[in-house]
Amino acid sequence: MNANALLTRLRGQIPLLVTAVLLVSMFGVGSAQYDGFFSGQVVLNLLIDNAFLLVVAVGMTFVVLTGGIDLSVGAVVALSTMVSAWLVERQGWPPLLVIPLVLLMGTAGGWLMGWVIHVFEIQPFIVTLAGMFLARGLCYTISIDSISITDPQYTAMAQTRIPLGSLFVSPSAVIALLVVAVGFVVLHYTRLGRNVYALGGSEQSALLMGLPVQRTKTTVYAISGFCSALGGVLLTFYMLSGYGLHAVGLELDAIAAVVIGGTLLTGGSGYLLGTLLGVLVLGLIQTVISFQGTLSSWWTRIVIGALLFVFIVLQRLITARRR
Amino acid sequence: MRQQPVLEVRGIRKEFPGVVALDGVDFRLFPGEVHALLGENGAGKSTLIKVLTGVHPADGGEVVLAGDRVRIAGPLQAQQAGISTVYQEVNLCPNLSVAENIFIGREPRRFGLIDWAGMRRRAAELVRELDLDIDVSTPLNSHSIAVQQLVAIVRAVDLSAKVLILDEPTSSLDRDEVRRLFAVMRRLRDQGVAILFVTHFLDQIYEICDRMTVLRNGRLEGEYLINELNQVQLVSRMIGAELAGLDRLGGGKRSERTAPADGAVFLEADGLTRRGAVEPYDLAIRSGEVIGLAGLLGSGRTEAARLLFGADQSDGGTLRIEGAKTALRGPRDAIAHGIAFCSENRKTEGLVGELTVRENIVLALQASRGWTRPLSRTVQEQYALRWIRALDIRPDNPEALVRNLSGGNQQKVLLARWLITDPKLLILDEPTRGIDIGAKAEIQKLVANLADDGMAVLFISAELEEVLRLSHRVGVLRDHRMVAQLDNDGELTPEHVMATIASGADR
Repeated sequence: MNANALLTRLRGQIPLLVTAVLLVSMFGVGSAQYDGFFSGQVVLNLLIDNAFLLVVAVGMTFVVLTGGIDLSVGAVVALSTMVSAWLVERQGWPPLLVIPLVLLMGTAGGWLMGWVIHVFEIQPFIVTLAGMFLARGLCYTISIDSISITDPQYTAMAQTRIPLGSLFVSPSAVIALLVVAVGFVVLHYTRLGRNVYALGGSEQSALLMGLPVQRTKTTVYAISGFCSALGGVLLTFYMLSGYGLHAVGLELDAIAAVVIGGTLLTGGSGYLLGTLLGVLVLGLIQTVISFQGTLSSWWTRIVIGALLFVFIVLQRLITARRR
Repeated sequence: MRQQPVLEVRGIRKEFPGVVALDGVDFRLFPGEVHALLGENGAGKSTLIKVLTGVHPADGGEVVLAGDRVRIAGPLQAQQAGISTVYQEVNLCPNLSVAENIFIGREPRRFGLIDWAGMRRRAAELVRELDLDIDVSTPLNSHSIAVQQLVAIVRAVDLSAKVLILDEPTSSLDRDEVRRLFAVMRRLRDQGVAILFVTHFLDQIYEICDRMTVLRNGRLEGEYLINELNQVQLVSRMIGAELAGLDRLGGGKRSERTAPADGAVFLEADGLTRRGAVEPYDLAIRSGEVIGLAGLLGSGRTEAARLLFGADQSDGGTLRIEGAKTALRGPRDAIAHGIAFCSENRKTEGLVGELTVRENIVLALQASRGWTRPLSRTVQEQYALRWIRALDIRPDNPEALVRNLSGGNQQKVLLARWLITDPKLLILDEPTRGIDIGAKAEIQKLVANLADDGMAVLFISAELEEVLRLSHRVGVLRDHRMVAQLDNDGELTPEHVMATIASGADR
């Protein structure tokens, strides 16, 4: 019986292990194939180039763990870049005021979607789809063109390199890792986090056990909204512009990263560290393809698609056997 | 010895659209007693519990807890007031660990963060107090339903419950597990917890309860000490004046049910099999014949029946329907051949809770006619009323929503849906599970009548008594193999069938 229990516990970790093995072997193959691939900076660049995706994926992990989904994240990222650029460049507001405002806006938007989902018992898919159209559309009421940012504080954030020995990371990468760390602590060491898992396990049970289902649900979407807005801020550091066509399809990348990281789309099972690995896998695919040089960048999508298929089937097999 | 009741309910009233579920019910619960709540399906037991736990707000009446009038607004408030409930279906989170399931919502914390080590330690202590030996860090879904139920009780009790409500906790437990549960219940009772116990097993009530309250049709029938009523008196209180079902309770065997040799063979299976589900078996069912399938849960009873309905594809053997060799490609084929299948899982595989009784009843008939020839509203109502009357579905309102009906009445609606299509072979998988004695007797009577009218019936049930009472022949399954087919010649006893099930083991 004890051996059985151990097996069951291990089975929950299989997707995470598979992702870890995949990441290491991809890195191994890349290092063997291409000169200059095997370096710490390649790994750090993964973090630098995908910092905004990582932050968004952390928020998405919270949502998916409850069994929900948030399609609005990409559009909220774009809106955040747009609002930031417009306020800073066209209105001359100081960045230290603009950034908190944008974060507040994202959080409030997410909270509102969560509230609608819970109170009217509507599918998260359709509510966040509405949120996605709304946010994307709002971008174009500000401007249909890209607004580039020349504010010195933004360019400083874009160009600062934090040295790590002979290597370096960007402030954005550090912020993203901080978000992962905070998210991890919240998920595993606070009641909110455990309620998120309980909600994903069985909403009916969570309700009957007297857990604050409504508060948890709205909070989770608020977190996702906050992370999207923060992702948008990091993207403005990276792109130094606001544009309504930024981060098109980012919601799908984020969902892909979460799923590849081993979180069940049905909710209740998964780890934030898995999401970190998932984002790194996505980034690594891109890196390999750019090192390869002759393949079109669309191959990134093809590989992600194939990987997703494999992981979804894997999840299905694991949950089917559990029953 | 009698103190003040810990929980008292006065004149409670609850209506659902089209149904008065509770009509001025009084109820008392004293500390340190195990109190049975009894009644047929639809008598209002579940509704009373849901009112007490705050799932449904009451429409009238008052709840007094430890001398204070309280308003229970939701499950959380009920728990805080000291009323905890363990439901038939375990309402815990299967993905979380045992320890978390006990403590979630009130995890011990240090410096604002969850103290995992402390939580596991305390959970282990609580579990040990109830003589359970489980690793509290394992996920809940790695344990049996029985253990999950005990975990639910541990959680409920640790919420410093004054009142513990157990809503049919024993329906999916085996004998040893029930004994374990009862030991826990006795211990809690001796600690002064008031336990409200709901079950369909009358024997268990006499084994564990001190007092009982009987409900009928949403009204209070009476409150009795356990030795005031014997089982027959109790059943008559539960079903009231309608004593028709009672004579069937004595276990009067249908010795007259000898096989009708004249009926033509409707369906014949020859070496039918599906890998991993059921080994090759032969079975012939004549019109007007009831074949019982007996065997333990998971012995392949349902799997054998699903092959006859095309719900699963066979991968060997042949099937003849009315003499012609047929391969069923799916349930639609089977329905076209006049085969109906009432699945054991009426909630997930049968009824549409959001539709009315009328709509549910005409669903299959409408589907077989095709959407181009709709049944008029008047015809639908005629059908619905006829079957509501024929099966005594309560409430007798065709426009009541099915989800507001009790389990037994839902089962009858499902039966009506299939009977309306006038099938030649009716497959019933556990039609009486989880429903009360009155409805059970009615369904049994109905099956017998249908067979007398020439319908072939395949009757699957875990209750051997019931199988023997109805069947002309009994197929016995063991480990996915049909080990015997016994003629029910009036001398066949449950012991004999049990021996057959057992002897299949030591081959």
